[in-house]
Amino acid sequence: MNFSILSRLSAGAALGLLMTGTALADPGLIYDLGGKFDKSFNEAAYNGAERWKAATGGNYLDFEITDGAQREQALRRMVSQGANPIVVMSFNWGSVLPVLADEYPDVKFVVIDSVVEKPNVRSVVFDEHTGSFLVGALAALKSETGKYGFVGGMDVPLIHKFYCGYAQGVKAVRADAEVYENYTGTTPDAWNNPTVAGELAKAAYDRGAEVVFAAAGGSGLGVIQAAQDNNKFAIGVDSNQNHIAPGFVLTSMEKRVDVAVETAFTDGPDLETGLQVLGLAENGVGYSVDDNNRSLLTDEMIAQVEDYKAKIIAGEITVHNYETDSQCPL
Amino acid sequence: MGGTSSIPRWADIVLLPLLNLILAFLISGLVVLMIGENPLMAYYAIFYGAFGSGDGLGYTLYYATNFVFTGLAVAIAAHAGLFNIGAEGQAYVAGLGAILVALALDQTSVFLVVPLAILGAAAFGGMWAAIPGWLQAKRGSHIVITTIMFNFIASAAMIYVLNRFLKPAGSNGLESRVLDQTAWMPQLRLFMPGFGFSPVNLSIVLALLLLVGFYILVWHTKFGFALRTMGKNPLASRYAGMSNVKLIVITMAISGGLAGMMAINQVLGLNHRLVENFVAGAGFVGIAVALMGRNHPVGIALAALLFGVLYQGGSEMQFVMPNVNKEVVSVVQALVILFTGAMEGLFRPSLERLFAGWGGSGKAEAIARTTAGSES
Repeated sequence: MNFSILSRLSAGAALGLLMTGTALADPGLIYDLGGKFDKSFNEAAYNGAERWKAATGGNYLDFEITDGAQREQALRRMVSQGANPIVVMSFNWGSVLPVLADEYPDVKFVVIDSVVEKPNVRSVVFDEHTGSFLVGALAALKSETGKYGFVGGMDVPLIHKFYCGYAQGVKAVRADAEVYENYTGTTPDAWNNPTVAGELAKAAYDRGAEVVFAAAGGSGLGVIQAAQDNNKFAIGVDSNQNHIAPGFVLTSMEKRVDVAVETAFTDGPDLETGLQVLGLAENGVGYSVDDNNRSLLTDEMIAQVEDYKAKIIAGEITVHNYETDSQCPL
Repeated sequence: MGGTSSIPRWADIVLLPLLNLILAFLISGLVVLMIGENPLMAYYAIFYGAFGSGDGLGYTLYYATNFVFTGLAVAIAAHAGLFNIGAEGQAYVAGLGAILVALALDQTSVFLVVPLAILGAAAFGGMWAAIPGWLQAKRGSHIVITTIMFNFIASAAMIYVLNRFLKPAGSNGLESRVLDQTAWMPQLRLFMPGFGFSPVNLSIVLALLLLVGFYILVWHTKFGFALRTMGKNPLASRYAGMSNVKLIVITMAISGGLAGMMAINQVLGLNHRLVENFVAGAGFVGIAVALMGRNHPVGIALAALLFGVLYQGGSEMQFVMPNVNKEVVSVVQALVILFTGAMEGLFRPSLERLFAGWGGSGKAEAIARTTAGSES
């Protein structure tokens, strides 16, 4: 509390001093378009940062950009205010970050969901395809209709990666299964359109699917609502969403962005740089089991999925990664 | 537009927008107060952020450049009595025209790439606007409906093209490859280091040229006369022997081409590649800019600058004031749009009474202005 007053005072002082930066040496976090409270990717980062704050009592700078032009501006402001390390979110930093990383060799940067090869940058990427494979397998083990739904957010490569992993998981259990692939839209609004997502899920349920995987950010809430209304199942994404409608969310494909941010903050200015791939082995992705969904799953199902997990980690099963060739061979 | 009020022209152009602006800022101040920050500090942050440093000024001008293009696009259609709300989609599609030229020629020379990319952007943007124009002229499909629908079609089509064709394999972002440096629109900081790191580039010169060109085209050419005639009364223009179909299609093509210039600022000037959703609402801001600028180049330039200030100052406010998040900045921007755009007539009746109270001479002048002032 005291500190926040202090930092506000210092912000005021900075304003007086023609807004020159103050050296805070706190970590910084720049959210991507969509904003801090998108109930998904950015919010996971926020949660990680807040957890770090609660645990250490430290403070951090954050900024929400509203258009692409602000990326460079925001990052330079963070640097000039002395933030270190600085975490930036999303795959949209490919052109800005390498240049600035060269310019500020003493500052450490962390980029989530993208790879930037610079000596002072840590790149964190997730194996979304393997995590999605597991929830796909779980869906196919749970429902015997042979029909499964997928509702993606915006029609972008990253979400195709989720779909492709999911479909492979379904087909690993039922080779002749059908997977209905749908996307809520083609504009960024697609991440926050639960109405359309709910309609798409309902359409999949009407066609005979009993499980629909929502990889659609804030829109996914519409899928979970549709599952509840139709007495079917949804699969959540990014965070553990099992609690949103207990008994109707089969599981959630967790992508631990929050852990990645918290770890970066904890590591501080001396963090190790380089590429970090967070997959099943690192618990960077996975399926969630808790009190809200335990009764939906049998021990055999979990044993089967754990078997897949072990085989993927051991390399006995290779899940095709859509990103490598923009293809999804099924 | 205009011409119906009984207040002097200077009051219509300067006083009225100024009053609206002051009111918008006062109410924004209340919003800032409500979230526990000092409104005076917020105003200071906005204006210091926008003008206080070379960087800030550069960003302000960069945003203003975008808004000049989209503002002119909306304004030229408005002079013809067409409400083009599709500048967003037209600029987006124009980005494709610009990037295709730039990708093909980025190994050659900036003197070849930039003019051809401008033509490419104008052609694609113009084509995208001419289709709704043709539908309006030939089929009577209302331009407001078709242009806004075309925004969605543009968005879907662009995603398809980016996803399937322009995205380099193995990349996760929805964007084309980065252009070779020879295809970059030269940034002003190369000649004027005072602009720091800001992305303001030579597109601003293009914007200034188009402002002048717009004035000449609309008020000093035969085409401009025909355009304004149709805008005032399409029956009269047809009776006078003008082809409304041709006028509508050509006007819309010019409108889309103007919106498309925004893609030059973004694609060649800032991103140096085609990025998904790079227009980011500038097409819609153009509507407010044209409305506030009374469809006149001088007004549009000033209104575009104002919105540039709001965009750049708004992000600065976010930096220096911990309680201000991007939603608060949007509220401030929305209030300005609301008061200067949608509710621009708020003070008009009281001003009219005020000027009427000036007595006979004032009234006579006001009436004379009404009959003569149909230019705007």
